[in-house]
This record gives sequence, C-alpha cells and structure tokens, in this order.
Amino acid sequence: MNNSFMNTARLLGAGLRALLVLTVLTGVIYPLAVTGVAQALFHDKANGSEIKAGGKVVGSSLIGQSYNLPLKKGQETPDPDLKWFQGRPANGLGANSVNTQYKLILSGATNLSADSKVLIKQVEDAKAAVVKDNSVPGYTVKPTGVPADAVTSSGSGLDPAISPEYAELQVHRVAVKNNLPLAQVEKLVKDHTEGRTLGFIGDPRVNVLELNIALRDLAAQQ
Amino acid sequence: MGPELAGVLQLLALIGALALAYVPLGNYMAGVYSSKKHLRVEKWIYKAIGANPDAEMTWPAYLRGILAFSAVSVLFLYLLQRLQGILPGSLGFSSVNPAQSFNTAVSFVTNTNWQSYYGEQTMGHVVQTAGLAVQNFVSAAVGMAVAVVLVRGFARSRTGELGNFWADLVRGTLRILVPVAAVAAVILVACGAIQNFSGIHEVGQFMGGSQQWNGGAVASTEAIKELGTNGGGIFNANSAHPFENPTPFTNLFEIFLILVIPFSLTRTFGVLVGSVKQGYAILATMFTIWLGFTVLMMWTEFAHHGPALQAAGGAMEGKEVRFGIGGSSIFAVSTTLTSTGAVDSFHSSFTGLGGGITMLGMMLGEIAPGGTGSGLYGMLIMAVIAVFIAGLMVGRTPEYLGKKIGAREMKLAACYILVTPALVLVFTAASMALPTPPHSMLNSGAHGFSEVLYAFTSASNNNGSAFAGLNANTDWFNTMTGLAMLLGRFLPMVFVLALAGSLAGQQPIPVTAGTLRTEKPLFTGLLVGAILIITGLTYFPALALGPLAEGLA
Repeated sequence: MNNSFMNTARLLGAGLRALLVLTVLTGVIYPLAVTGVAQALFHDKANGSEIKAGGKVVGSSLIGQSYNLPLKKGQETPDPDLKWFQGRPANGLGANSVNTQYKLILSGATNLSADSKVLIKQVEDAKAAVVKDNSVPGYTVKPTGVPADAVTSSGSGLDPAISPEYAELQVHRVAVKNNLPLAQVEKLVKDHTEGRTLGFIGDPRVNVLELNIALRDLAAQQ
Repeated sequence: MGPELAGVLQLLALIGALALAYVPLGNYMAGVYSSKKHLRVEKWIYKAIGANPDAEMTWPAYLRGILAFSAVSVLFLYLLQRLQGILPGSLGFSSVNPAQSFNTAVSFVTNTNWQSYYGEQTMGHVVQTAGLAVQNFVSAAVGMAVAVVLVRGFARSRTGELGNFWADLVRGTLRILVPVAAVAAVILVACGAIQNFSGIHEVGQFMGGSQQWNGGAVASTEAIKELGTNGGGIFNANSAHPFENPTPFTNLFEIFLILVIPFSLTRTFGVLVGSVKQGYAILATMFTIWLGFTVLMMWTEFAHHGPALQAAGGAMEGKEVRFGIGGSSIFAVSTTLTSTGAVDSFHSSFTGLGGGITMLGMMLGEIAPGGTGSGLYGMLIMAVIAVFIAGLMVGRTPEYLGKKIGAREMKLAACYILVTPALVLVFTAASMALPTPPHSMLNSGAHGFSEVLYAFTSASNNNGSAFAGLNANTDWFNTMTGLAMLLGRFLPMVFVLALAGSLAGQQPIPVTAGTLRTEKPLFTGLLVGAILIITGLTYFPALALGPLAEGLA
C-alpha cells in the first residue's frame, strides 16, 4: 500500500516536471520567438493591419466597422449613414458580459438555424431595407437582385468585406448622396474589387473600410 | 468562374498539397518514433523529468504515465484559471469560476477545446499562452503517442515492451509539432494574423470615436490549434475572426494544417509495420469518407435549402465573404471529421443537412482522417472490427497484420466503439429529460434538440465545435460536458493500449492463401461499409429527431 502510494507520488512528480519543462518550451519560448520574428519582419500586420487616413488611425483593414448616424433619442439601433458604403449585417456581434471594466467587442454569429422564424424576419427586414435605401430616382433595386451577403450576418460579425455585387448595388445611392458622378463611384468600386487569390481561392470581395476611405478622398477633391 | 468551380479547384489544390506532404512527413514521423538517438535538448528534458527514455514500458505502465501527466495537466490548468485574477499578464481579467475552469481545463487536456467561455473577454495572455496553448501541443503529442503504441503492438511480437511514454511525448512535441507550428505561425502573420502581447487598447474608427481591442499571441496559437487538431480559438468567433484567419489563402492553409498530420500518420503506420501498402489502404478509407462528406456538404450548402436561406438567396448566414461557401464547406467537414472543432463559419446556421453532416462526421468517431493520433488508432480499431466481420463471413479466425483477432482483442475493440455512443446518447437523453437543461437552447424544435445532441457528440468525441446557440455556460453543461470529455478521451485510450499489449504479446502468423489481403481495395470497401453501418445503426434514431427532421421538413 505504502509502496504503491510512493510510486503514484513519484509518477505524478515526473508528470509535473514534464509539464513544467514543456510549458517553458511551448508556452514561453515558442510564442516569444514567433512574436520576435513577427514583430521584426511583419510589424504592421502583427499589430492588426491598422490603416491611417488624414494622419489618424481609422481602424484595421481586416476588421469590419459600422457606418451609422449617431443614435437619435428613443432609438435602440442607429440608422445607417447612407453617404457611406455599408457592410454586412452583424446581428451576432455582442458586448462583453464579464470583466465589464472594458467595452470589448464580442465577435460571433447569430447561430440561428435555417428554419428559424427570427432569422427569416432578420433576412426579410434587411432585404426590405437594402431595397428601400438603395433605390434612387432612375434606379430601382429589385428584391431578387439583392445578394445573400447583404442580408445575412457573417460568422465573426466583423466581416471586413462585401461581395462586388453588393458594392455595385450601392453605387447609385452613394453617388447621389455625395453628389459625385456615377462613373467615378463605379470606378472606385472596380478599383477596390479584389478577385480570388490565384484565381480560385476564396470569393471576390470589396473591402468596405478601404473603399470608404477612398470615397472620402474623392468627395474631398470635388 | 463560378463559386462552385472555384470550390472544387480549392479542394483539388488542397488534395495536391496533402499528397506532396504525405511521404516526407509520414517517413519523418516514422523516424522520430523509431530513432535510437536523443537530441541534446531532449537529454536535458529527460534529466529534468527524471525519466530514462530508453526504458521500455508495458501497456499498464504506459497508461499510468499518460494518466499521471494528464491529471497534473488538468490540475495545473484549473489552478491557472482560478488564480488568473492575481497573476500578472491577466489583462486585468478576473479569475474564472470553478465550473467553467474545470470544464476548460478538461477540454484542453483532452484535445477537445470545447469552449463555454468567450475567449476575448475571459482569458488573459498568460492563461492563453502558458496554459491553453501548451495543452494544444502536448494533448496532440499524447494522441500521437497512443497511436504509435498501437502500431508497435502490430509491429512487435512476443513482447510486452511498447516504448517509453516520456520519450514519445517529448519527441512528438519537439521534433514534429513545434517546428511545423513555428513555420506555420510565421506564414499566418505574414498574411495578417496578429502576434503581439499588447494590452487592451483603443483603436480609432472611420466614423470617429474608438473601439477597445485585445492583442494576443494569435498566430502562434492558431498554428498549433489547427496542426494539433485542437480548435480552441483566442476569439469567440474562432477561425471566422479576421485576426485568426485573415485571407482566403490562410483559410485553405489552416485546413491543410488540420489534415496534414492525421493523413500522413497512415504513412508512418505503413512504414512502422513494414508495408506502406497497408498504410495506403487505411489512407484510402479515410480519404474516401472525407471526400464524400466534402462533396455532399458543398452540394447542400450551394443548394441552400431552408426557408431563411432561401429568403436570403444563399447560405451566407454565419459565413465570411472572403472564404465563400466553398471554402467554408471544406473547413466545416475537415474540422468535424478530425477532432479539431475550429470553425471558420457557424455550423448552427448551415442548412439542416449540412449541420447533420458535421454531426455525422464526429459520430463516425473522427477517424477520417481523425485527430492527431486519435484518428489513426480509431481507424485501426475499425479495421480490426472489419476483419472480424469478414472472418465471420468465411468462417475463419480473423487476423490483421499477422496478428490473430481473438476473443480478447474483439472485446477490447467492441468496448472502444461502445464508449463514445453510450456517452453521447445517455448525456443527451438526460439533458432533454431534465427540466432545466433545455432552457439553454437558442432555437426551438428539431434544431434545439440538435444543439444538445451536437454538444455531447462534440464533447464525447473530443471535437470541440458547437451549434453555438446553446448556452453551455451553466453548471449542468459545464460539468456534464466535462465528464463526457474525460471519459470520451481516456476510456478509449485504455482499450487501445490494452489491445496493443495483447497484440504485441502474440506470435505472428504467416500469410497464407486464405489470409484476407488488407492492403487491397476490397478491404478498403469493406472498411468504409463497416464504419458507415456501425455508426448509422448507433445514431440513426437520434439523427432522425434532429438534423434529418429539420432537413426534410
């Protein structure tokens, strides 16, 4: 009995020493070495691919933002600022519920199922809004012409991109709201459309933040 | 080019990359586990542990090593979370509560990485890198060690000696996982994954004002999270978060990392048993199932059945534009057919059938190609059962790789395949029958049931993905999924090691004209059939209540 207790203790001691040594290797040296290389070679990327405009940081090229008007009195959700290109819905995005000394964004999806009544309503409301917001005199958006990414929430709630179809659908509205010629805004979207990597990896996309920065520059020149 | 064709081309490129890595990585891993030489740094480590790496162990001794190491790991990780509030490097985050700490500690030690917490608001730098990420390495190394022991059981004869646990653990970590993960992490940073230790900081926004963001050792964690088929992300959105998975290329690269060790281990197996053709037969079985599942998944996701997805005009709910439906489908199948559980899109919002495919992938026992190590040993158990069925058909004592599959071997294999389904079905039934646990469901009806079934399927099979609408941070789910993870990891290991011991003790029997040729396509077909029938019979009633009911509605 005493002997088997000693054996167990010895084994647990060996386990603990193994864990501590491997923690130093894989939990201290490995992440620090990778951080060192990352900071030396890819400083901007390792720190979040931040973009500056007009000398100020305006976000990360990888993280989607909202382009809304300030909240009006009595409103729970702000209206979109239709001057700017709009990103995808983000109904799964949350705020932090623990460690609430911070105001962290909690990435996430809605997790609603394909037969969920709540999701059907979200999609239908979003589609109605896209049709209404983007129909301007001389250009009417048809509900069948609204691409899926415009009416669904992304996995992270932080999708930085929209499909080229959704960007093109917004061109007329953006041109009218900014008093810009349609052709110039169309060209802007075209210049900011990124095709598939190597022609086949992923889907074509338009980075909304980069597009809006370029739009602001264009509007300022006029 | 349409998105469907692009999806197929991505699949082909992935297969090509895996094929290129197969022989060199498989041979290299075989060398790692059979080499007699120790690196200098390894000698220091053995000295620190106080272990003799050349001392051969019997299967009970090997098992005791695994259990001691894992028990200490659970306790260490539990304490690290409980003490977070007073440790440095916590970002000011408070300590994690007991039930959640237990769940998370078990989750990472068992290679599950089920997360009932929200990463970005719960775990500080120290817990993340020195706690959770360490287990991403060592739990994967333990899985590979057990697989190698089973292979040694087939390869060795008339001996009880099955290798040394400490040597296998250290070599798997140091010679296989660390070098590949380090290269992969740098590639991920080059593509935009973040890697820093900054605190929570303000970042200016386009419309004015600012947001608070976390820093983190994301790329280094992401690399081993995929390579070790772990899956626990730093951010709540996991590999859908742009800082974890920034581009379409990183998406494909991460899928490659998930699959490369599990597939290549079949080569290691072939080399170690002295017939690479036997490895090809196992590889072909894994590949057939994985490819079949991927094609089905792409079809159902592009077809986007389900009223909400029809209204939207595409299955983009819970998916990122940069990955598209093709890339998301390949990721979803690869993460659930291995024990990974990382997600680049949210399975709960997939089509009814797509969600069912992710669940069925885990229910197969995660053997196609399965987790690092656990996939290979799970598949070899299935092979034992397949030769047994074939033996029954012709009335001959079954044998596999020159070893008799007798009553003792079959009992161990049968216990192995019964453990996980029993855990899944009993825990799910209990959760549905009790009054409170169903309150955790986000969706109602068939999908609500699927959320609970998915949770216990994921926990018992050590996957870690979720139909994430389920509020799993309750005492019931934290405790019960914790137990399911522990039992689902270590009970099967006991049977695998006992089987290895039993096989190694045998005298090999010569191949005759009557021997079932297990390196031939006929056997691969038999094995695929046996896997599908066994899993189908076990889980069909539960699947009919959940995803099938939803998909056919």
